[in-house]
Amino acid sequence: MKTVNIMIVGVGGQGTLLASKLLGRILLSKGYDVKVSEVHGMSQRGGSVVTYVRYGSRVYSPVIDRGEADFIVSFELLEAARYTAFLKEGGRIVTNSRKVNPMPVITGAAQYPEALEEKMREKGIALDCVDALSLAEQAGTAKAVNLVLLGVLSRYFDFTEEEWMVAIEESVPEKFLAVNKKAFLLGKNA
Amino acid sequence: MKKLLLGNEAVARGLYEAGCSFVSSYPGTPSTEITEAAATYPEIYAEWAPNEKVAMESAFGASLSGVRSFCGMKHVGMNVAADPLFTISYTGVNAGMIIAVADDAGMHSSQNEQDSRHYAIAAKLPMLEPADSGEALAFTKLAYELSETFDTPVILKMCTRVAHSQSIVVTSERKEASRRQYIKNPAKYVMMPGYAKLRHPFVEERTKKLTEYAEHCYFNRVEEGSDRSLGFLTSSTSYQYVKEVFGDRYPVFKLGMINPMPVESIKEFAASVGKLIVVEELDGIIETHCRCLGLEVTGKELFTGIGELSTNAVAKAMGVEAAEGPAMDCEIPNRPPVMCAGCPHRGLFYVLNKLKLTVLGDIGCYTLGAVAPLSAIDSTICMGASVSGLHGFVKASGSDAAKKTVAVIGDSTFMHSGITGLVNVAYNDSHATVIILDNSITGMTGHQQNPTTGFNLKGDPASKIDLEALCRAVGIERVRVVDPYDLAECEEAIREEVAAEAPSVIISRRPCALLKYVKHPGPITADAAKCRGCRACMKIGCPAISMENGRVKIDNTLCTGCGVCGQLCKFGALEGRKESAK
Repeated sequence: MKTVNIMIVGVGGQGTLLASKLLGRILLSKGYDVKVSEVHGMSQRGGSVVTYVRYGSRVYSPVIDRGEADFIVSFELLEAARYTAFLKEGGRIVTNSRKVNPMPVITGAAQYPEALEEKMREKGIALDCVDALSLAEQAGTAKAVNLVLLGVLSRYFDFTEEEWMVAIEESVPEKFLAVNKKAFLLGKNA
Repeated sequence: MKKLLLGNEAVARGLYEAGCSFVSSYPGTPSTEITEAAATYPEIYAEWAPNEKVAMESAFGASLSGVRSFCGMKHVGMNVAADPLFTISYTGVNAGMIIAVADDAGMHSSQNEQDSRHYAIAAKLPMLEPADSGEALAFTKLAYELSETFDTPVILKMCTRVAHSQSIVVTSERKEASRRQYIKNPAKYVMMPGYAKLRHPFVEERTKKLTEYAEHCYFNRVEEGSDRSLGFLTSSTSYQYVKEVFGDRYPVFKLGMINPMPVESIKEFAASVGKLIVVEELDGIIETHCRCLGLEVTGKELFTGIGELSTNAVAKAMGVEAAEGPAMDCEIPNRPPVMCAGCPHRGLFYVLNKLKLTVLGDIGCYTLGAVAPLSAIDSTICMGASVSGLHGFVKASGSDAAKKTVAVIGDSTFMHSGITGLVNVAYNDSHATVIILDNSITGMTGHQQNPTTGFNLKGDPASKIDLEALCRAVGIERVRVVDPYDLAECEEAIREEVAAEAPSVIISRRPCALLKYVKHPGPITADAAKCRGCRACMKIGCPAISMENGRVKIDNTLCTGCGVCGQLCKFGALEGRKESAK
């Protein structure tokens, strides 16, 4: 089969690594060849971060290049817009509608672009834009944004709900399980 | 068992399975997780050493004593450890010894992108270079065999994309390595001229034997292709990119052993293909090897030596069209890394900027003090360079300069290589003011313990260095401690110490805001009615503070309530938690 490419993008510290870990688990259990590439170190300090998840019958490169992504899961609206050139034709973006101002915007050196959601749609990009923070808070913690977004993404995969739940159980500490499962389902059904 | 492991975790697994029992490293992205993962195996003794030189010498000592040992570091850490490296090449080992070095092409988290392969060539040591986690595990185990067979430390060369990518490995059980007896042998281990002269021929002979070995070893392999008009010679991630673009179309010679490289098998491969193309990241080392063999080769004229390669970079260089998704027309502002909300470094850098001091910086999270709006750092070179650089700066430019110049260095970096610089300040009396940013952890690499924290790598209580006593012991009489959340206290201390006609140390002490044990008072409340929109609070570059319709706004998900911004507001709009400053 052709390799499927999922990019997970966001702001350092938002919990993108848990999302990629969970995806890696479920894909491994399905018998695929999987590669997950992470970024550690300085860019984790509030910078723009990218994680790549690739799976198929044989995966070589651990990273996804421009024009290659089947899905971009974004934890923040501006970050979704930053990586649109990485989408392949027919690719889809699943993004949090929330905005986190980067430092150049905070200091006034740059403007946060207006109406990004509409602008992405105008480019013909298939887009799910959800208020993942509200749904996460509804589930019980603002930290579960990652599970909400995975829930949205899960609509495009033919894995069973049980398979997802097992992957969540393997990736999340016991005491946060209920909240995270709830967040996943809220995203899935949003 | 099939598992998804980071390349670094796979190296640790390899250490475990090969019976390694001693690990000593200094953290450095992208190498850190090898040692952290190794520490999770009870069979392995693992520690953070104060720097890479100490780590490598300790690992050598363990090998000498008869157990399989390991040390890991980032590429620039190899510079620090280069001194023992070149000489343990002469002595060889007793039990197997592996040195992992992780390069950072693309400088995701580094100050340069030097190519560590040069070290293997210069120190005449074998170097293995895995291309994914499976190879990382296999090569680690193999490296111990090579080390003991050829009597040499073996370098395992990682890079960011191998170290920090998870791929599938098949794990197996640990095989204990029996302890080798230590036998006194000064001719092998005492590298004074008389003995070292006898060891150098051994090293040259060893390289010949390793070259012969490289001709036939299975980790240098040729993968056949249907079209022989081209053939690729490559290694590591570059191999992955080539395969990603061309699959099985062209033959690929994949090198797993990057030093010494085979001679005959490369010549044979070159003769079997129309055009030989070398794909490698950073410097043209494989290419140079081919040219030395008199081969016609294409390499760096197609593939840049700057930054990382990628699938598209390989495709474009080879004239293959690469797709491109829809780019946005509007300007997308950058999102550079920033100091976290509540970061104890912020207040101190605000004061340094306010006082318009020249600041010689160092390596750590606080390097971010260089960017706007704090803009407080003038130079960053390497671990420890702030202190020694400051000494030279003020010695060379006189006492006026000493009153306008300081060094900033973190607690872990100070332990790593700041102490000797401070000894020089005291001994040669340079009236320098050194600020130690003591956040009680090694922050940038992800919270590793160090000799100032009171805990060791395994989390057990450990001897805790008394920084004040240490500074006094090297001869600094003026040592004082400030709280970086208290801007007035910081400013007063800095003004006094730079003015003093004596060397001084200010310890700016507050634990990293991300440490789990640190309790925060919780977000402050911004009083929009009191805010006049003067933007004074924006001068500290806190990601939790922004302006909305000309009035200050606090992001409650980020604000820790450190209270630094409140000290800048003359109108009491951010007064919520001023008490937290103490």
